[in-house]
Amino acid sequence: MDILSNLALGFGVALSPYTLFLAVCGCFLGTIIGALPGLGPSNGVAILIPITFTLGLDATSALVLMTSVYYGAMYGGRISSILLNIPGDEPALMTTLDGYPMAKQGRAGDALVLSGVASFVGAFLATIGLMLLAPSLARVAFLFGPAEYFALYLLAFCTLGGMASNNQAKAALAACIGLGIATIGVDSSSGLPRLTGGNLHLYDGVDFLVAIVGLFAIAEVFFFIESHGKGSSIGVKLDKVRIPWADIWETKWTMLRSSAVGFIAGILPGAGASLGSFMAYMTEKSIAGEKGGFGTGVPKGVAAPEAGNNAAAGGALVPMLTLGVPGSGTTAVLLALLMTLNITPGPTLFTDRPEVVWGLIASLLIANIVLLLMNVPMVKIFVKILMVPAWILLPGVTMISFVGIYSLSGSYFDLLMMVGFGALGYILRKLDIPTVPVILGILLGGNMEDALRRAMTLSDGDVTYLFSSPIAIGLWVAAIAGFVAPMFLRNILKKPQAITD
Amino acid sequence: MASDRIFGLVTLITAVAYLAAATQIQTNLFSGEFLPKLFPMLIGGVAALCSLFMIFKPDPEPDWPASGSWIAMGVAIVVLAIYAVLLKPLGFILPTIFAAGILSYQISPRAKPAMLAGIGLSLGLFVLFKFALGLGNIVAYRIPTPAKLWDAISILIPFVGH
Repeated sequence: MDILSNLALGFGVALSPYTLFLAVCGCFLGTIIGALPGLGPSNGVAILIPITFTLGLDATSALVLMTSVYYGAMYGGRISSILLNIPGDEPALMTTLDGYPMAKQGRAGDALVLSGVASFVGAFLATIGLMLLAPSLARVAFLFGPAEYFALYLLAFCTLGGMASNNQAKAALAACIGLGIATIGVDSSSGLPRLTGGNLHLYDGVDFLVAIVGLFAIAEVFFFIESHGKGSSIGVKLDKVRIPWADIWETKWTMLRSSAVGFIAGILPGAGASLGSFMAYMTEKSIAGEKGGFGTGVPKGVAAPEAGNNAAAGGALVPMLTLGVPGSGTTAVLLALLMTLNITPGPTLFTDRPEVVWGLIASLLIANIVLLLMNVPMVKIFVKILMVPAWILLPGVTMISFVGIYSLSGSYFDLLMMVGFGALGYILRKLDIPTVPVILGILLGGNMEDALRRAMTLSDGDVTYLFSSPIAIGLWVAAIAGFVAPMFLRNILKKPQAITD
Repeated sequence: MASDRIFGLVTLITAVAYLAAATQIQTNLFSGEFLPKLFPMLIGGVAALCSLFMIFKPDPEPDWPASGSWIAMGVAIVVLAIYAVLLKPLGFILPTIFAAGILSYQISPRAKPAMLAGIGLSLGLFVLFKFALGLGNIVAYRIPTPAKLWDAISILIPFVGH
């Protein structure tokens, strides 16, 4: 009954009229952000963090607002997947496979509502799973010493690299870029500057928000300049929207199975939401077999990846909250938000600041219900917003990013660095080097190095200390397997290619 | 092929420079001789290995844009950099009109809509930030002295600025 009393605490925090208002605003804003092509969940949340910060909201309100935006963006991502065949982010790619064909058959409204319901089921079940699992994992996390933490961070980078890229060397290089940037600044133990090249602006280190906004939002501008904003107009018509009860009933087991698959995939540190939607889609495809017609626009093909994707987003919060290791790009951004609010995720978060954790969980549940209620009747409004042309949208996003970063420190140096990260992000993505490990490296580099240093200090420089406990050995094995296995599995588990007209 | 090799070479040089810098990290009694250097050296080593891998086993060439797009992107970077240094001395509205307008023109090259987008975004966002969100450090306009303006621009010129 611990959970119920904790949940009551959470709802006590999150259910005030003011926070409820923030949740509704966040959901609305998030859905728009997710729906706009070129503005995925990670971009959207990243741009809003500095602005929330300067608004001076307290930790709980900021958390409620941003988690609503986060979940809203996950919901909204499916709108552009289905109507434009443009996935808002990596996990939404799977939704385009059946969603876009279904929309072309004139069933766009059905696909949107069905995917909304599937998102709700996935996210709702995952939040319940989070409630049940996170406290017990937090207890296990107390057993983690520096050696285990070092191995855990390594595991996150290895699995993320394995999943996110087609080339392990490139993924590892991306992680190194991020970790290398994280080492810049005044060293925590000696108090002396390291690797700053004598530049005073770098003594503080590189703010991860600058890097996130640069790599995600500014880089997007260059992609739009390259394509001249083509391919962002709606090719399918949306008629009257009604609720397709038959389809929802028919896909009920698909949704439940996909939620379970997605949740488990999401828990794996580093693997995250892309793996969740991919596994859910592939599982359902093999259950349905040849005559299931996956890829031609069947309801199950829409429900499975959406439920899996949203369940994975919830599952990814488990390692993020209990261990401080995010499971996907968007959770990495959410971790950045927590760090900005001076909340350190980890096992102690559950005992020291239960109101934050349970307030967050309660606000996830609230956001979910608000989103379901908002999405079915208001889907037409969101579709209208898709019509904003790229030549207004992208300059607007850029200016908002500039103001956000400028309001953090008021320094031109951060702005220049952000432009630099934007150019870097463009080149990295062109070369098929994933950018999420860069972000994760900047975010976690400090902690990872601290873990290594503590381990070395405790053992007086004995390297074998890093492999001294069963947990640490298990994590090392998992890390190596997670890095190596995709090289061999790549030929067997081929990603389905996006449909082109 | 070639782009992977070039990028690998660039990162290899960076990694070696980073390693060299890591050996020069200052230490003192509190930190010990080795600990501040350990992690950077590990990263530099892994990065160098990955770069070598990219040089010797490159992926197929990506679809690079045509030269016109490169110029447009170069212009965009310069405009954004100038915008970054002028935001403080000139205030929000004037630099934003130009930066947003130019970006808009580069995404969709029509002069009049781009100009309107620049003006509209600048004024709209200013009202949003200043009055709806109450962000304090945004100023509508400032009239700088020529010396201050030169100070800001000179940041972008190598070896002249500070």
